[in-house]
Amino acid sequence: MPWTLRALSFRSLAVAGLAVAGILSFAAPAQAQNLTMGVGAPVTSIDPHFHQLSPNNAVAGMIFDRLINTDAQARMTPGLAESWAAIAPDVWEFRLRRGVKFHNGSDFTAEDVAFTFQRVPNVPNSPSSFAAFVRPIKSVEVVDSHTLRITTHGPYPLLPQDMTNIYILDRETHQGVATEDFNAGRAAIGTGPYRMVSHRLGDRIEFERNDQYFGERPAFARVNYRMIINESARTAALLAGDVDFIDQVPTADLARLRRDPRLALSETVGLRLIYIAVDHMRSDASPFVTDNEGRPIAQNPLKDLRVRRALSMSIDRAAIASRIMEGSATPAGQFLPPGIFSHVPELTAPRTDPEAARRLLAEAGFPQGFRITLHGPNNRYPNDERIIQAVGQMWTRIGVRTAIEAQPWTTFVARAGRAEFSSFLIGWGSNPEGSHPLRNIIATQNRERGWGASNRGRYSNSEIDQQLEVALTEIDDARREQLLMAAQRMAFEDVAIIPLHIQTNIWAMRNSMRHDARADELTRAQDVRAR
Amino acid sequence: MTVYLLRRILQALLVLVAMSIIVFVGVYAVGDPVEILISPDADQIERERAIIALGLDLPLWEQYAVFLWRALQGDLGRSFVYNEPALQLILQKMPATLELAFGAMFISILIGLPLGLYAGLKPDSVGSKAIMAGSILGFSLPTFWVGLMLIMVFAVQLGWLPSTGRGDTAAFLGVQWSFLTADGLAHIVMPAVNLALFKISLVVRLTRSGVRETMLMDYVKFARAKGLSPARVTYVHVFKNILIPVVTVVGLELGSTIAFSVVTESVFAWPGMGKLIIDSINVLDRPVIVAYLLIIVVMFIFINLVVDLLYSALDPRVRLEGKA
Repeated sequence: MPWTLRALSFRSLAVAGLAVAGILSFAAPAQAQNLTMGVGAPVTSIDPHFHQLSPNNAVAGMIFDRLINTDAQARMTPGLAESWAAIAPDVWEFRLRRGVKFHNGSDFTAEDVAFTFQRVPNVPNSPSSFAAFVRPIKSVEVVDSHTLRITTHGPYPLLPQDMTNIYILDRETHQGVATEDFNAGRAAIGTGPYRMVSHRLGDRIEFERNDQYFGERPAFARVNYRMIINESARTAALLAGDVDFIDQVPTADLARLRRDPRLALSETVGLRLIYIAVDHMRSDASPFVTDNEGRPIAQNPLKDLRVRRALSMSIDRAAIASRIMEGSATPAGQFLPPGIFSHVPELTAPRTDPEAARRLLAEAGFPQGFRITLHGPNNRYPNDERIIQAVGQMWTRIGVRTAIEAQPWTTFVARAGRAEFSSFLIGWGSNPEGSHPLRNIIATQNRERGWGASNRGRYSNSEIDQQLEVALTEIDDARREQLLMAAQRMAFEDVAIIPLHIQTNIWAMRNSMRHDARADELTRAQDVRAR
Repeated sequence: MTVYLLRRILQALLVLVAMSIIVFVGVYAVGDPVEILISPDADQIERERAIIALGLDLPLWEQYAVFLWRALQGDLGRSFVYNEPALQLILQKMPATLELAFGAMFISILIGLPLGLYAGLKPDSVGSKAIMAGSILGFSLPTFWVGLMLIMVFAVQLGWLPSTGRGDTAAFLGVQWSFLTADGLAHIVMPAVNLALFKISLVVRLTRSGVRETMLMDYVKFARAKGLSPARVTYVHVFKNILIPVVTVVGLELGSTIAFSVVTESVFAWPGMGKLIIDSINVLDRPVIVAYLLIIVVMFIFINLVVDLLYSALDPRVRLEGKA
């Protein structure tokens, strides 16, 4: 049932006979001190170390702080640490902010950070822990109450980046507390701009402003954070004036919301790339590739660079971005958008050229093309099913007759993880640093290094691996950026994956408000202000 | 009687075991909870840790044995997602669903009974034809579509009612209920009507056919012949007799209303069990899915048992097996 629910957009409602634009009436504006937010994904826990999940991180970012915070464009900014530097290749020193207090009045000191690092890998029953962020740490030395020295296993340039993921708890308050204590509010005590007042799991969270917050004072004194998963209901709640602000605006409603004078939108290019992965693992027949008569092809054509380039060149990314995504996507030729560390300027979206694609196919020995099944999820990314339909048509146009199979994410992701498909659409939300996608989806699978865990096409290129290995121990940012850019160039010139577009993150709100749209997709109350 | 009860309880236990096995195998066949719950950038070590933490490293039969052993001690496991006991999660959400279901049943009787009575008494009037046509719509319109239309009209366009959510609640018997506050009532009206739509049609049709059948009965003719007023014939002789099937069906429908409030709860962001189960299915939160289905099965078995017992009490012609 949920997929049918989801399939019903406002557009179909309008077709059903209710063109409501222009005759809507808003309820009286809520007092300027209160903010009601409608978010599209459930927050599953208040414990900031229990489940590594964007909605949870967003709420953790309201209650707690990190040593290093990130701004809307994912750049590092001082959080509980005022400054940090590598004093040796494997030693980082953090100078902590003085005078910071937890919501219960307890002082923030270096001991709290050391305590947090101990708790992070030891949260019971965690379905996705933050342990990987503290695993590189060999030892923590508390130099004085507000200075911390962290020694890593070998040179580790990503430590500051990792620190943007760990929310700091209080040693005095959080000794021995369980996940339930956070959910019940007893332990939901941080240093952040908001304190939690009440929490109903999967339904709503209420906050009030922390007036002692060390950073910028949030605009709204009280916040009601409501989870409205159904996207049509979420938009309706905004139109009805029940909520002031929503995230994950459905693309089908965008045009209408833009026209509505009572509403304002905030948007920014995100960090999530939608791409097509192909089967690099099998040199012999790939399971969903056949010749035009339906017989398996003895050698996997997707191993041939010319075929991969042809498939990539056949795709009209601009059309997908403008027609299917209603402009809420940017055609992409790499993982990261401009302005992010290790973005490669010359890797633009591949130009659409079906003629050249056909020639490449012929060169590769497929003048008549072949048949393939393109898989994808149907309830994960905006318009996922429609995107694979479009790509399927574009591939068919150059002679690669494509069948489409969209499945619910629950089924899809397990099969994709087992490398059962020949080609499939999937997305990747990057940290703002090229090593993150390279290590996870391009690098050769390797358990000891923890590489390639999401490399579902099983791409493998030893040159890129070597380049990445050097980069991951290069402390100097400028040199590391060069190395990462070189590795990305290699990956995309070899069409390790077929990039489609980078999603735009969009929020909608009353026009009396404004919002710092965040590249990392987090929906937090402190980013909303009165206009 | 005792033998009968024992047999029913034994049957119920078998159904429960069968149900839990189906869920275990089903979730296993659909996908891997860890793949869905884990952060995409988790490395292999972290993935292995999560699999062990959730107990998914054991063979399926062993996972089931662990579940069964704990269930016998009253522990249905902890939610993978929320890390809270699954049973407690569901019971927390139960009042919201119960009041929605009871609200819907109340509305369906309040509206369905008079309409059905009218349609039965005056079968050829324009009004009753309109009622019958309307009841077809009630049967056939998809719930989620009607729900969204209700939101569009009454919340977005007219602004009379809040669009989604549960609103303020007040405590009664230690549980939070929303029908005790004005804001809560405003919130419950639309979802309850949405959920009631199908039941209204059902009650209308049951009542109408009951009335039409009863009107031809000898005792009704006799009552008329006796010179009783039409009102007395209708409200005493006819009404009493048609109530038995209506009450039975409505009672049985209560179970399905609770179980199938899923769609309405999703559309109206109503924080009940149905929304919980949908969210849980989407992330393959097996302990919650199992616990939910077991609770629903127990509820159905209990309602059926009560109905059976009531029947034998009300109608001496019904004899329970095993009694003799």
